Amino acid sequence: MNLLGIFSQIEKADPEIGEKMDYSRRKMLKTTSVAAAATPMFFAAMVNKAFAAEGCAGDAIAIVKYALTLEYLERDFYRAAQFKAGLLPSGTRPYVVQIAKHEAQHVDLLEGVLGIKPNAMQPKYNMATLNAALADYPTFLTYAQALEDTGVRAYKGQAACLLEEDTATSRTVLAVALRIHSVEARHAAAVRYMRDLRVWPSGGQNGTEPDPKVYMNEDQGTQGGANLVDFFNMQENKMKLYSPDMSTRSVYESFDEALTAEQVLAIAGPFFAAPM
Amino acid sequence: MEELTSTSTPKKGPSVPAIPSVERRMFLRALGLTTVSAAAFLTACQNSMNDVAPKYSGARLSADGVSFGEGDFAILNYAYALEQLETAFYMAVIEKKTFAAGSKEEMIFKDIHDHELIHREFFKLAIPADKRIGDLEFDVSSIDFTNRREVLNTARVLEDTGVAAYNGAGPLISKANSIYLTLAGKIVSVEARHASLISSILQPGGGLFAGDYVVDNNGLEKALTVSEVLGRAGRYIKTAINPASLLALESSKS
Repeated sequence: MNLLGIFSQIEKADPEIGEKMDYSRRKMLKTTSVAAAATPMFFAAMVNKAFAAEGCAGDAIAIVKYALTLEYLERDFYRAAQFKAGLLPSGTRPYVVQIAKHEAQHVDLLEGVLGIKPNAMQPKYNMATLNAALADYPTFLTYAQALEDTGVRAYKGQAACLLEEDTATSRTVLAVALRIHSVEARHAAAVRYMRDLRVWPSGGQNGTEPDPKVYMNEDQGTQGGANLVDFFNMQENKMKLYSPDMSTRSVYESFDEALTAEQVLAIAGPFFAAPM
Repeated sequence: MEELTSTSTPKKGPSVPAIPSVERRMFLRALGLTTVSAAAFLTACQNSMNDVAPKYSGARLSADGVSFGEGDFAILNYAYALEQLETAFYMAVIEKKTFAAGSKEEMIFKDIHDHELIHREFFKLAIPADKRIGDLEFDVSSIDFTNRREVLNTARVLEDTGVAAYNGAGPLISKANSIYLTLAGKIVSVEARHASLISSILQPGGGLFAGDYVVDNNGLEKALTVSEVLGRAGRYIKTAINPASLLALESSKS
C-alpha cells in the first residue's frame, strides 16, 4: 500500500511517529463528556463526535510532518513544472511562480518548526507518476488543482486535532496551519480560474479529475446539524438568492469539506515511491 | 445617506441590556489594550464614545452598542457580523448595477453574494437566538458603485479582511467546541477562494490572487486582531457595537 509506504518513510526519519499514531488512535476512540449546560441545543447532538477530532495525523509534531510531506510534494511538483521546457505557455509563468514560491516557503517553515535540516524528510517520488502529471499544460493544471484542493482539505482536517491537543506546540502549529490553509485555498481557486472552472468545488464542476477521491464527500447539504439544502429549498429562503434555482449547488460551494489524514495520503500515495 | 440592511425586512438593532459597571471598566481597559492598532480606529473609538461621530473611518464603538456576547458565542457572532456585512455589500453591487446585466462579472458577484448569504443564514441558524446579535445596519455610501475598479478592489479588501479575521479568531475557540473551528475552516477557505477569484479578475494570470501584501515571506496569510478587523471593516457598520467581550477574550488568549 502506498499509504503504508509513506509512513514507513516518515518513520525512518522519526522512529517515534508510530507511537504518536498509536496515541492518536487511542485519542480518537476516547469519548469525553462535555459540560452540557454550556452547549447550545443546536449542536447538542454532535457533542460526543465533536470532542474527539477524527482523522488526525497524530499529535502536533506528527501533523507537522504530515503537512511537510504534502508541502514537499507540492514544491517539487511546481519546481519540476517550472524547469520542464515548453510546459508553461507564455503568460502563465507569473502565477505558477507565485504558487511555487509559497510551497517552498511552507517547506522551509515546517522544517524550521521541526528543527531539521533542509530536505531532511523529503520523500522519494514515483517519477513515472510525477512525469505523467507534467505531460502537458492541461494535465499539469489538472494535477495542480487536485494537489491544491487536497491540500486545503488536508489542513482543514487537522485544525480541530490541534485545537483539542491544547499544548504550547499545538497552539503554535494551529496558528501557522490556519494561515497556510487559506493560502492553499487561494492557490486552488487560481488554478481553477486558469482552467475556466468555477473556483469552488462541487459535483460536476471540477473539470477532469485525476482521482475521484479528491472531491469525495465534498457535496454536503448539512452543516453543524442544519440542513441547508432543505432550508434553501423553502420558497422564502430560496428567493433571497440571486440564483434560486442553483441553491443546492450554492450550498455545496459555500462550505469546503475536510479530509482525514488517511484519505489524503491515499490520494497522494501514487506520487511517492514504493517503500524499500 | 444611503442605508442598507442585510435583509429585505429592516429590523431595529437588537436591544442590549445595560452594561454593568464592571463590564464597562473591562471595555475601557480592553480599548486601552488596542493602542497598537491604527490611529483611525482609536479616533473612531473616542468619537463614538463622545457620541459625536455620525461619519467615521473605523467602527462606531459604544459601551451601549451591540455586544458579541461571551466565550465561543463572541467568536460566532463576530463571524456572523462579517458575513452580514459581506452579504450587504454584494447585494449593493448587484442592485447598483456596477456590472452589466448578464455579464460574467455580474454572475460571479451574484454567486459570491449567494455564498455569503448562505454563510449568514448558517450562523443565524447555528447561534441560539438568545445568544445571537441582531441584524446589523450598514452604510456603504462611501463606495462609488459606478466605478468597476473601486468595487472590485473593495470586494478584494473585504474578502482579504474576512479571511484574516477567521485566521485570527480561529485559535480563540475553546477546545471543547472544536467543531466550531472545523465549521469556520469550511467557510474561511471559501472566502479565500472569493479573494483569489476577485484578484484574478483584477489581474488575470498574475500573482495578485495570493499577493505579497497578504502572504508573508513564510508563505503565511495574514491573521488580524479584532481591532484591526474593526478598523478596516467597521467603516461600513452603521450599528454601534461594543467589542469589549471579544477584545477581552482575545487578550486572555494572547
